[in-house]
Order: sequence, then C-alpha cells, then structure tokens
Amino acid sequence: MSPSIVRLLYLVAAVLFIIGLKKLQSPATARKGNAISGVGMLIAIVVTMLELEILSPAALVGGLVVGSAVGWWMARAVKMTSMPQMVALLNGFGGAASLLVGGAEFLKSELTGEQIPMDTGITIQLSLLIGAVTFSGSMIAWAKLQEVMTGKPITFPAQKTFNALVFVAIVALSAYQLYTPDAMLWPFYAVCFLSRALGVLLTIPIGGADMPVVISLLNSYSGLAGAMTGFVIKNDVLIVSGALVGSSGIILSQIMCKAMNRSLANVLFGAFGGSTAASGKSAAGLTVKSITAEDAAIQLAFAQSMIVVPGYGMAVAQAQHTVRELAELVEKKGGTVKYAIHPVAGRMPGHMNVLLAEANIPYDKLFAMEDINSEFENCDVAIVIGANDVVNPAARNDPSSPIFGMPILDVDKAKSCIVLKRSMGAGFAGIENELFYAPKTSMLFGDAKSSLTKLVSEIKQL
Amino acid sequence: MTDALITGIVIFVLATYLGAELIGRVPPTLHTPLMSGGNAISGITVVGAIIVAAAGLGWISTVLGFLAVVFAMMNVVGGYAVTDRMLQMFRKEDTK
Repeated sequence: MSPSIVRLLYLVAAVLFIIGLKKLQSPATARKGNAISGVGMLIAIVVTMLELEILSPAALVGGLVVGSAVGWWMARAVKMTSMPQMVALLNGFGGAASLLVGGAEFLKSELTGEQIPMDTGITIQLSLLIGAVTFSGSMIAWAKLQEVMTGKPITFPAQKTFNALVFVAIVALSAYQLYTPDAMLWPFYAVCFLSRALGVLLTIPIGGADMPVVISLLNSYSGLAGAMTGFVIKNDVLIVSGALVGSSGIILSQIMCKAMNRSLANVLFGAFGGSTAASGKSAAGLTVKSITAEDAAIQLAFAQSMIVVPGYGMAVAQAQHTVRELAELVEKKGGTVKYAIHPVAGRMPGHMNVLLAEANIPYDKLFAMEDINSEFENCDVAIVIGANDVVNPAARNDPSSPIFGMPILDVDKAKSCIVLKRSMGAGFAGIENELFYAPKTSMLFGDAKSSLTKLVSEIKQL
Repeated sequence: MTDALITGIVIFVLATYLGAELIGRVPPTLHTPLMSGGNAISGITVVGAIIVAAAGLGWISTVLGFLAVVFAMMNVVGGYAVTDRMLQMFRKEDTK
C-alpha cells in the first residue's frame, strides 16, 4: 500500500472516531456510535499491519491475541458497580502502552546507533512522562476504588515541595538525555522510574469522594499520552484521537469540579476529606427521627410523587434492582417516580446512571440536578439512598461549612424525606448533615439493600 | 522545528477544540460510557505498539513491543466491549 493511501485510511479512522463521539450525544444513538468508533479502530489496526512488511510476527500476533482475550474477558466479567475501577484500569493500560512505545522507540535508536532529532527526542520524553504518570496514577486510583488501599488522603510534610522536586528532577534528567546524545541509559531508566513515582505521589493525597475528578483527569492524561506517542511515530490518527480524548477528560474534570464548587488545583492538592475534624455546625443537641420500614412503607404507598436520590451507598449495597422494584410498586399505587442524579454522586461521572440503567430503569426518568431541583417543592417524598454530602443544606446555608457553595440537590425542600443510611456517620467530607435532623426527615437505618427489600415487602402487604 | 512537528501541533490543537465541542454536548447520563468509549479510542496507541512489536530489533524491543501491544489491545477491546455492554442497558420507557 502506498504511504499516501495509508495516511488517507488513517484519516477515515479518525473521522469514524469523531462520528462515534458525536453519536454519544444521545442515548438512542450511542451504541451505534460506539460500534462506528470500533470500526475506525479496526481499520487503523488492519492498515498498520498491511503497511508493515512484518518482520517479527510472533510478538505482534501474540500480543494482539493475549491483549484482546484479556480485554474481552475483563469487559464481560466486570460488575456494573465496579465500573469506576474498570475505567481506572483501562486508563492505566493506555498509559502503559504509551510508556512502552516511547521506551521502545528510544531504545531502538540506541540499539541502531541512529541520532534522534531533537523534536522527536522531546516527544519521546513527554510520552514516557505522561504515560508513566497515567499508568501508576491509575493503578493507585484502582487500588483506592477497589479498597485494596485506604480511600483516605495520604499526606506527609512538605508533600507539594517534594512532588515539585521529583518533577524538576524528571525534567532535568530528560534535558540531560536530550543534550548529551552519547549518554548512557541511566537517565532514561531514572526518568521512567521517577515518572512512575510521580504518578503515585500525585494520586495518594486525593480522597475517595474526589475520585470522579481523578478518573476524568487520568482519562485525559491517557489521551494526551496517546497524542504524544503520535508525535513520536509521526502518525496523525494518534494525534487526533489522543487530542479528542484529552479534551474529553479535561471537560469532564471541569464539570466534576464545578459540581463540587472547587478548583481543579484544590481537588488535586487540597487533600480534602482527610483527618481534618468535622467542621461547620456541630450536631450537639439535635435529635434524629428514626422510622420503621412499616411506617416508611405507608408513607411511600400514599405518595403522589416520589423522587429517588441515589448515592455511592446504593452502589456499595448493589441496591439498584431493589430500587426499581420499589419504584414499580409506588407507580402501581398511582405515584410518579423520578430520579435525581447529582453530577458527583458515586465514584465516577455518570456512575449512578449506569447502575440504574442496569436495573432496567428508563433513562428518561433520570434527571440532572438543574432539571429536577425545582420539583422537590411539590414532591411528597424524597428518598435518599446512600447519599450524603450532595444533599447537605449546609452547602447553601452555612458559610463556615467546607462544602459551602457546592450545588446540591434540594431534598430539604420536599414535603417529606426518608433517608436510608447505614448509621449516623458523617459523609466522606466528614461534615454533619443538618438534613438528617430536620423535622421533615425520617431516618431508616440499615444496609440500603435490606432496608429497600423490607420496604418492598411492606408495601406489597398494604 | 520540522514541518512534520508543526503539522502535528496544528492537528493536535484543532482536534482538542473539536473534542471540546463534541464532549460538551454529551448528556450527564452517558458520562460513564463516554469515558470508557473515549478510553477505547485512546487505545489507538496500539498502532505505535504494532510498529514497535514488528520492528524486530533485538529482544528488548520485541519484549517491549509485545507488552505494548498487550496493554493497548486490553485498552481497545476492553474499552469497546464494556462500553457496548453499558450502552445496551440504556433504554427508553416505552421499549419494554
């Protein structure tokens, strides 16, 4: 195949990616879009193989088979509740691939003794840095989400200074490597090692509740790493796709930050929700009204309208299917049911939507915060399932609260409110929630799934 | 700077803006499939990995190439498959 035809076919692949992303703008066309994007990928892979007169097919074919098989198996086996971990892993794999390609390109020139032009040299170093940070950062994010390691921020004195020094060291070593063409390999290995360390260092101080931002950002990095690899091997389709994914991740990070009323810098370096004791108003002297499943069932059975507010607790308890059962019963009794989704509910953007979709709940009953907040006033019962900070009125009323200014779901404005919660523990931000003490609020304590199951059987008996 | 680099930068910047336009209009309900699907697209690094794996320049580069292809393919196949699995669950009310 002539090089110009190859380049044009790569262009076709890039256009298919763009069409695929475009079709993701509506749930009705999204699946087709994903398939179109997949066809683009297939074209890119086949074209690359045809262009090469393959010299060493064993490594290539073996890699393709092993990678595809493992990827396929992971995609089939993963539980919907574990989707944040899955995305973290996928981000990491992309980063690792960029790191390895950058490394191999560098070693290739060393082995063949050819001189690397300065611009290629720079992009190789960037590919190593971003790939390694994406890889190790994603592995830490995975470990936190999987609860293999603590979800709390890990901090130490002078952390930011230390991280900055590591970064400076990476840049210095890269520059040294670039300007001394005959240098030995140790700066290369040092850059690889330090970049991986930097990925770890940057991710450990970030708390569990901030994971939506981190995953979005690592998503962006994995795109950037791909684009850098594109610069290294001078391939347009890599640059285009990498840039698309890079900006997608940045936009999602921004949406997440806005939904928490915090800057990206504050999320990344603020170590929010750490050991800092609960600030804001204390709950001393306030009492909580606890309710039995029986009474809650009566309240729900006679509700004309119910709004469900799911949070991470629903994901942990895997209660999404029971939520649907409950909603169907309420609908059968003549009530309407809607779902209010806060942008940062759960551990990644859109986490709740995927779980509710898995439970067969139609997506047109799911409403974003700004679309449903005005409806709480006229709602008979709002039922909060394992959500906390995203429904805390302190974000509106209490300037001393750490989450003051964060947009919240106005659950406190509903005519009544039932909160399903394991215990009276504070949320991830470590802040008291006055919603729980409000006269209109009743607390139904227990695991979300077993509470919901009780509610369902009680309503059935009515 | 070489022409190839300049062209690359031009493409990169334009594609970044295009990406921002496209992604800004994706509804929040699809943000998770957007991430995993985008992720699969960033698995395009597999093109670089294939080139490296096929180069056959001694065992180090073969091993690195093999690993790069494995990681990139897990990214590609895993990403597309899991996105498809999620998207097939999204349905409208009437299509019971």
